[in-house]
Amino acid sequence: MNELGFPILSLMMAVPMAGAIACLYAGASGARLIALVATLVNLALGILLWLNFDQGAGHAQWQFQEYAPIFGRFAWAMGIDGIALTLIALTVFLMPICILASWDSIEERVGEYMAAFLFMETLMIGVFAAQDLFLFYIFFEAGLIPMYLIIGIWGGVNRIYASYKFFLYTLLGSVLMLIAMLWMAREAGSTDIPTLMAYNFDPHAQTWLWLAFFASFAVKMPMWPVHTWLPDAHVQAPTAGSVILAGVLLKMGGYGFIRFSLPMFPEASAQFAWLVFALSMVAVVYTSLVALVQSDMKKLIAYSSVAHMAIVTVGLFAFNQAGIEGAMMVMLGHGLVSGALFLCVGVIYDRLHTREIDRYGGLSINMPKYALLFMLFTMAAVGLPGTSNFVGEFLALMGVYEASSWVALVCTTGIILGAAYMLYLYRRICFGDQKNADAAAMPDLTARELAMLVPIGLSVLWMGVYPESFLSPMRADVQALVARIAPAKPEGDAKLTAGKPQPVAAHGAHEGGHKAEEVHATAGEAH
Amino acid sequence: MLDTASLILALPELVLTAAGLILLMIAAYAGDTSAKMIGWLGVVALGVAAWALCPAWTQGGDAFGGLYRGDAFGAFAKGLIYLAAAVCILIAPRFFEAGGANGARAIRAEYPILILFACVGMGMMVSAGDMLTLYVGLELNSLAAYVLASFMRQDGRSAEAGLKYFVLGALASGILLYGISLLYGFTGSTSYAGIAAAMADGLSHGETFGLVFVLAGLAFKISAVPFHMWTPDVYEGAPTPVTAFFASAPKVAAMGLTVRVAMEAMGSAASSWQQIVVFVALASILFGAVAAIGQTNIKRLLAYSSINNVGFALIGLAAGTAEGVAAVMSYLAIYVVMTIGSFLCVLQMRDSQGNPVEDIASLAGLSQSRKGLAAAFAIFMFSLAGIPPLMGFWAKFLVFDAAVAAGMTGLAAFGIAMSVVGAFYYLKIIKTVYFDEPAAEYAPAGSRMESALIAVSAALIVLGYLFNPLLDTMSAAAAAALH
Repeated sequence: MNELGFPILSLMMAVPMAGAIACLYAGASGARLIALVATLVNLALGILLWLNFDQGAGHAQWQFQEYAPIFGRFAWAMGIDGIALTLIALTVFLMPICILASWDSIEERVGEYMAAFLFMETLMIGVFAAQDLFLFYIFFEAGLIPMYLIIGIWGGVNRIYASYKFFLYTLLGSVLMLIAMLWMAREAGSTDIPTLMAYNFDPHAQTWLWLAFFASFAVKMPMWPVHTWLPDAHVQAPTAGSVILAGVLLKMGGYGFIRFSLPMFPEASAQFAWLVFALSMVAVVYTSLVALVQSDMKKLIAYSSVAHMAIVTVGLFAFNQAGIEGAMMVMLGHGLVSGALFLCVGVIYDRLHTREIDRYGGLSINMPKYALLFMLFTMAAVGLPGTSNFVGEFLALMGVYEASSWVALVCTTGIILGAAYMLYLYRRICFGDQKNADAAAMPDLTARELAMLVPIGLSVLWMGVYPESFLSPMRADVQALVARIAPAKPEGDAKLTAGKPQPVAAHGAHEGGHKAEEVHATAGEAH
Repeated sequence: MLDTASLILALPELVLTAAGLILLMIAAYAGDTSAKMIGWLGVVALGVAAWALCPAWTQGGDAFGGLYRGDAFGAFAKGLIYLAAAVCILIAPRFFEAGGANGARAIRAEYPILILFACVGMGMMVSAGDMLTLYVGLELNSLAAYVLASFMRQDGRSAEAGLKYFVLGALASGILLYGISLLYGFTGSTSYAGIAAAMADGLSHGETFGLVFVLAGLAFKISAVPFHMWTPDVYEGAPTPVTAFFASAPKVAAMGLTVRVAMEAMGSAASSWQQIVVFVALASILFGAVAAIGQTNIKRLLAYSSINNVGFALIGLAAGTAEGVAAVMSYLAIYVVMTIGSFLCVLQMRDSQGNPVEDIASLAGLSQSRKGLAAAFAIFMFSLAGIPPLMGFWAKFLVFDAAVAAGMTGLAAFGIAMSVVGAFYYLKIIKTVYFDEPAAEYAPAGSRMESALIAVSAALIVLGYLFNPLLDTMSAAAAAALH
């Protein structure tokens, strides 16, 4: 079965599912407790999973595999590699925090709310662990149901519009992917994802297949110009909904690119890299500028998510180790940081019930602990060295610099613009005069809120200071991916070449020595 | 003349006919008070008939000189028909007994008997091996259905539904008969095998006309666009248990009939009817989705939903392969469960006096007063919209898979993109149930059997994937029986 002797992935899906069913029948306080216990048990299982994941040299790519052909046309096939492992870890880490974030702020229909969240956790783990094409699709799509209900029932004023937009947008993106999957399963004669990752599809067919998958993942990611559902969904969703949406659901798009688009259609990926780059460049600059003028905190962070996800896509399509590892690190870092930022918004929203930036000000005076943590997450969002996002953004941009220096140039402005809108946001909320009396009277973080934010803060620092813990499980998998897509790799514009040292004696001694110095210098640059 | 083998193959129809006649006599003497007992006896008869499907399922073969064919395909369809009919008999008494504006309306004893006779007709439809058997079966079913549609005589809408159904049904029958007569004239045969043999060496103009008219007539019966216009009015006007019946059993029968005619009688002219089926499928999907958006009456909405679903099922037929046929049969099986479940939920919609309500707006906030019913509604609507992990997704998956396998990727892509439009109005119901402020509360559930039936069908929709291997095997066996 696997290294542990029990089907841990299925168990990690069963625990929240059982919790969800129990929550439906429990009272409000019971449901809260059940949900917290279920997510904490899953967190423990996630830690167990990480510890038992073999990262040694020459380890198997797919671990903890399970296989049960119980569905006829497709199978219950589970298994993870390092990439999936880190994303599952992110999911189980954020879930208890989401439950805590909803502890007091959700007062109506608590049982159903907790059930929806736990069901969501089951599906998210399923997406990352599924090794069967159709099983993946089912989990991927099913996630729409709980999220639709979470936004629609517990959302803000304009929640119905947002829930429809979220549902229909992502559904339209995904259905075309299903047709492509049906075709692929026919062509390759298998629904097994590892088999398909090694199957060479006809390059002409790859074009269409890639576009079908792109339709789905670009919406999920979201990439400009199909990102418009995200600000609506984020603003209207309850805090925990935003956290899970930004923290995990957006990562499904990036995971899809890594798991499907790149290894299954390398030629088409190379062919369309320009498209991804172009959309991402627009996204970085445009959405950052849009974020700059927002007056709603959640909307600002939502737009910044689009900009950060654009860094992920350029990194992925850089076709090299640094780019893809960087993209993964941005996804993990952004999952933590944007989640934390939404929690920070939620904390003050719970006190004042408004997301207008102008209604706050000077919070560092009356809420010093809050201001400190918010500062940490602001800096992380900016990509300050020592925080998680720096590692990812640096690697991703370094990777893309090799592919195209222009793309790197444009995308790097995103860091500057990111600093602008984040610091501007922080200044308006935490610094300055306490111009609003009600905001000045807000109490500082409670123990529950500290319990939510401090673990994320520590992880952000850990990831920034010692990223090796997170890079090492995925390194071999990224290497395998890079090797897989290497034959299709488009030529970059950097064209780094080693210099050719010439024998000194061939020319005059004085002239030759000068040239040799030049050669050494170029060779040094090339390294 | 009459051989035992034929009689054994036709045993389900014989059982139902005999049961119908006997129950009619009982009803004549015992009166309407015996309606419930007759209903239960009718369910027993349907069970016996289902058991009598075994010889056809295991052996299969022609009966009565090729007029009738008892095979796995027919048995599969009949199993679904009997199941749907049994549920529609069981849910009727309470609906008719509920005190209405016109005073007490007790169920009449003829109701279960009419359904039994309709089942005989539907059994003939799916088992026909000859155009004439087909026609007789179709008319037997239709006659019973016309009466059922206008079963609440004192209700204007019900009478209107019956009349409309009758007039348009007669028109459809005329078109069908005209097509049959053309085919007979140009091929010299009314048997499927004879028609197929004559069409094998190219279609003559006359045969093409015959084919088009037959398909048009059948499109009426399955309510596919552009011959769908009777559906919303009839579904809205007919009593709800009857609507549930119309949306399930006769749909299966007419689809089964269409598949058999297309594959067996016209199998050699597949390229000719495929274009028609593709058009009808896409038009039904598109129209069923778009026209449903503005509806405020839940029964009308479900009528458009059934048009939409017929379109999806036809995509499997358009593929024209055995796999496509298997996909259609699986689709129908899942569709029957979803539809009956939805109508069972609609039956629960009663105001505090117990009068049936059909307004979608009255569902507002149902999730706060009746959690279980709201969850069931959500399950059926998400399933009809084709969202995994519910079975409605699997139904669509199978037909699209068959279309892709047959090289019709464009058709599949268009069809599935249109399913997103359809998702919109299903979401509207879920939105009303879950997001809106509560409206006036419904009367409490009252009937334990209806609640149990809802629970069973919801469970099937949620956990149905576990039965996938069984469904695959059975539908493949059914498809393999066609030749």
